[in-house]
Amino acid sequence: MASALQLVGIRKSFDGALALDGASFESQAGEVHALLGENGAGKSSLMNVAAGLYAPDAGSISIAGAPIALSGPAAARQHGIGMVHQHFKLVKPFTVAENVLLANPQPHFASGIRNIRAAIEKQVGELKFSVDPDRRIDTMTVAEQQQVEIVKVLVGGVKILILDEPTAVLTDAEAVGLLEIVQRLARSGTAVVLVTHKLQDVKRFADAVTIMRGGKTVATLDPRRSSAEELTELTVGRTLPLPERTPHQGGPTKLNVGALCYTRGDGRTMLNNTSFHVRAGEIYGIAGVSGNGQAELAEALIGAIEPTSGEIWLDGRGDISRANQAKRREAAIASIPADRYAYALAGSLPISDNLAVAQIRGGRYGGVIKLDRAAMRRDASAAVRDYDVQGVRSINQKASLLSGGNAQKLVIAREFSREPEVVVAHSPSRGLDVRACAAVHQRLIAAREQGAAIVLISEDLDEVLSLSDRIGVMSRGAIVGEFECPADRQAIGRAMVDHG
Amino acid sequence: MNLGDFLINWLANAPATAVPYALAALGLIVAERSGVLNLTAEGLMLIGALVGAGTSLLFVGHPAVALLAAMLAASVVSLLFAVLVVVLRINQVIAGLSVVFFCQGLTGLIGTLAKWQNKQLSGLAPLKIWPLSEIPVIGRLFFTQDPVVYLTILIFIAVNFILFKTMLGLRIRAVGENPAAADAAGVSVALHRILAIVAGSSLIGLAGGYISVVSVKLWVTGMTGGRGWIAVALVVFARWAPWPALAGALLFGCIEALIPHIAAAGIQVPQYLMLMTPYLATIAVMIWVGAKDRRGSQEPGALGQPHVREERR
Repeated sequence: MASALQLVGIRKSFDGALALDGASFESQAGEVHALLGENGAGKSSLMNVAAGLYAPDAGSISIAGAPIALSGPAAARQHGIGMVHQHFKLVKPFTVAENVLLANPQPHFASGIRNIRAAIEKQVGELKFSVDPDRRIDTMTVAEQQQVEIVKVLVGGVKILILDEPTAVLTDAEAVGLLEIVQRLARSGTAVVLVTHKLQDVKRFADAVTIMRGGKTVATLDPRRSSAEELTELTVGRTLPLPERTPHQGGPTKLNVGALCYTRGDGRTMLNNTSFHVRAGEIYGIAGVSGNGQAELAEALIGAIEPTSGEIWLDGRGDISRANQAKRREAAIASIPADRYAYALAGSLPISDNLAVAQIRGGRYGGVIKLDRAAMRRDASAAVRDYDVQGVRSINQKASLLSGGNAQKLVIAREFSREPEVVVAHSPSRGLDVRACAAVHQRLIAAREQGAAIVLISEDLDEVLSLSDRIGVMSRGAIVGEFECPADRQAIGRAMVDHG
Repeated sequence: MNLGDFLINWLANAPATAVPYALAALGLIVAERSGVLNLTAEGLMLIGALVGAGTSLLFVGHPAVALLAAMLAASVVSLLFAVLVVVLRINQVIAGLSVVFFCQGLTGLIGTLAKWQNKQLSGLAPLKIWPLSEIPVIGRLFFTQDPVVYLTILIFIAVNFILFKTMLGLRIRAVGENPAAADAAGVSVALHRILAIVAGSSLIGLAGGYISVVSVKLWVTGMTGGRGWIAVALVVFARWAPWPALAGALLFGCIEALIPHIAAAGIQVPQYLMLMTPYLATIAVMIWVGAKDRRGSQEPGALGQPHVREERR
């Protein structure tokens, strides 16, 4: 039988940088085929070629044995290829139904909305999602938006479904639920391509796995016959253990969040008397089902939103909940936001500018009149080397050309360029591969060893459990339980769900 | 003259004065909803005014023919703007301004060469909607207007329906809010933007044609006198929504209609101060828009941003 989807010798370059170098990939109807690789290995690029978003420079695409040329995403969909992107393709001020209708056109708008709403409700029921067809996208959390993306593709009735890092933003239970559904979809005859970096997901749910490195596909194997260590070895070369850490000393309180409240523009209360404290040299993990105020807490801590009431008290600085960014920088608060492209980087500016901007007021890069470009370049080159930022051809290249993990390394390089006293990290390893993830964790632990107070907000429970000294469980905008580490995973899971 | 007569004479003129603002603002809203920042109104209105007047002078026919020609001409010229900003992806502010200056020069040149300056046109008689037109005051204000006033309301209903209740409107708005998402959904960003520019420009052309053919009944160089710029401000004031734009247009219509009536009533006010009032009102409105809370704004998310598919973000 011919393969459902076959890509042969795909080459693609961006601005002269080779992203795909003769990559080949084959997936069968009825199986879940995982695509593994480091950040920047070209997984997303290869799948964007299959989805018709990128036109390949060379290579061929066949569907069910017949060679095809994809003129664009619409052509791909006509061939039954649907893709859920890592960075969502949703129109924010539209409702769920309008977004689904846009991707699945109907002859008439009014009847179309009715049909689509019925189709969404059918899919939502089958997938056990909680998506209201009439809700606007911009009032939803990242995890909810992802559900919309999946529903959007499924409503179109795809034969080849590509999921790009689908579990990166989901909680454990949500991810397992999603992957079970994905598996069921495959059993009913869909060819599913799962781009992921989570090995246990590959082991548990994939029927085949293709590994990519440096724009090439290096191996295709059966994940059930190979161990997780073997797969890691193939993907990243070697496994990186967490660095040694000293037991927590119980330093003085560095950061105290007191009765923080925040009511969103639409009147929904997102933070409801959130209170906790973090000591110097401590990692305080915040776990919870997504959409329970973690995003708003992170935004309040980094100063993206102003809380309605309450205080964020910082040792030696007082209440900084209403302080501007300059004051926060002065207080040496490092922020690693969840959406690194929106909050942490100016994508169209060079890497060197993105790095220099944090200290531009300090006089390090010249005064008001003249910028010291040489110093900026020197520091940027050093930072790129020290933080192992891959895919940098020149420090003058646009930051948006970096892949997810390397963009994150760039953010961390900047935020840690001055020794931070407080670190606010929100889903710092979202969408990162094993190695980039380990690099991020090493940096957080190094900051802890140097006495920083670290708030780690993450929907990945494993991440919170392995890094934290104490864990607070967040539900409906409040901390509903605190656990000393090592904590009982089951107890935390219960606290997350009982209150949610 | 008593106050009642003054008010009725003034307000009876307001709808006709409001029509150019309303149609031009609506045309801009259509284009800007697709994500194209459109500053061409002043120029395209001049094209509409010149072609409307020229058609009336060359082919003595029903003024409706002149207005249709005005719409068509503005659409054709807007194709130039569409190619600049959608195909060549030139900065939309600069492209818009260039088109305005080009149109100002071109209309002045053609109007002078063809000797269309200051020649009287036949115009368009008011349409009395009997028996409603016989109601005191209300009949005069609302049911004794020229046909384009009524047509404008129908156009607003139609455009509102197309933008918010059809697949075409959904696609145009999607392209304006998030072109990458629309593109991934298989919607041609370029096609929908060009369509929105050209269709919106026909309304801007009608606004210009109305000024020369129906209101002033003359062609005079530069006769739109900044109304296109006010329309640009109106779009911001209306937060890219059609009905508030109509309300804003009526407000400006009332202000502009007041100018001749103040003079006629013998009130001594410096002429230039009066001529300045629409612009003072524009600035006041912009300050108000800027000061109030923006949460309800429907400003298109990708306004002014060219779309390039293969650029990584």
